Amino acid sequence: MGEVNLHGEWSSPFSYRVIWALKLKAIEFEYIEEDLSNKSPLLLQYNPIYKKIPVLVHGGKPISESMIILEYIEETWPKNPLLLPSDSFERAMARFWIKFSEEKGPTIWKIFVTSGEEQEKVKNESLEILRTIEEKGLGEKKFFGGENIDLLDLAFGWMPYWLGVIEEILGLKLLEADKFPRLHAWIKNFKQVSIIKDNPPDRDRMLIHFSSLREKLLH
Amino acid sequence: MAEEVKLLKTWSSPFGLRAFWILKLKGVQFDFIDEDLSNKSPLLLQSNPVYKKVPVLIHNGKPISESLVILEYVDETWKQNPLLPEDPYERARARFWAKFGDDKVLASIWNAFIKQGKEQEEAIGLAIETLKFLEEELKGKRFFGGEKIGLPDLALGWLANLIGVFEEVIGVKLIEKERFPLLSAWMQEFAEAPVIKESWPPHEKLVTKFRAIREPYVAAAAQPK
Repeated sequence: MGEVNLHGEWSSPFSYRVIWALKLKAIEFEYIEEDLSNKSPLLLQYNPIYKKIPVLVHGGKPISESMIILEYIEETWPKNPLLLPSDSFERAMARFWIKFSEEKGPTIWKIFVTSGEEQEKVKNESLEILRTIEEKGLGEKKFFGGENIDLLDLAFGWMPYWLGVIEEILGLKLLEADKFPRLHAWIKNFKQVSIIKDNPPDRDRMLIHFSSLREKLLH
Repeated sequence: MAEEVKLLKTWSSPFGLRAFWILKLKGVQFDFIDEDLSNKSPLLLQSNPVYKKVPVLIHNGKPISESLVILEYVDETWKQNPLLPEDPYERARARFWAKFGDDKVLASIWNAFIKQGKEQEEAIGLAIETLKFLEEELKGKRFFGGEKIGLPDLALGWLANLIGVFEEVIGVKLIEKERFPLLSAWMQEFAEAPVIKESWPPHEKLVTKFRAIREPYVAAAAQPK
């Protein structure tokens, strides 16, 4: 069927989604770490429009945009396990929330790159977004995918790891346990899934790296 | 069970038009309601509580929002005249171009439309750079979907009529035939395709609407700093 390569970056939640999806499906792949300050000629050739990671290359054919990669993986290696609902309507719901995550995620990231009044405004917007995810996205389910994780859980994978890093560096808590009990439970369950547990991002390294990034942004 | 298909859209929304197109292209029987966004119907608010936006497709009482999500749902549910190819790699390409259209083309054209003065010049430059990718992608193809209309054509289809509207309002040509021969040809072929050609909102009404939308930006730029 062809060799599978993934061009990614150690601190990127978009990169991790793909790693987790490939590992969940037990797909053999080669991982290539990209230095984003010095992008490889191969990356620029595979993703000439955006020049970004992640890029999945399967049998020499490149696919970019992380959620498009995930849908590709699901369609190319169907089942074992199923990562999207088989019912069309449920699948549409999953895609709706994936889009919501893509659209609203950057707002939450803005907390990291702002300060003062602007940051306060972004913080309030972020709380509303998290509230919507908690009540309407997750609801009473254990995982976004139901009993087991699916692509939608991976799409929200930034929350269990990256949000915590931002909160720690900024010294502010967005996702308080008593205000967001369901998301807290979900984060705990997500991190317990064996593939996720065995392939976490490097938190300590991220704390150092993003701290210095924050320093640079503010000065 | 009798199928009930309802589409909530507006007379002018390009996103609503996408959903309208796919239902017509597949010969699905449906009703539609043109919403007044300044006075949203209870049905709309109940069907799309997260965004409160159009379009919303309601199939046998179940609502689906977000136009590209609707397109994929309709394609999967009504299998005749498929919009997406079978091959997973080709499907990924189709989705890539649809997303590129919304993430980059739409944003860059909109900026060229609302910005003034020097900022507009820069925005137009950026829009042209973005459109070049579309021109490149059309090489050897009749439509973005290949020989026939596919998902990316429906996603990008707003270009075929709204570009003309924007150009008329700002008085600047964004897609020149000499610079974009393939894109220009595609716009014409798409605009005149069966089903598509009967669905365009009235041109003059669009010009009036978008001129009004642009007014506050013009006024703001004219303010002494």
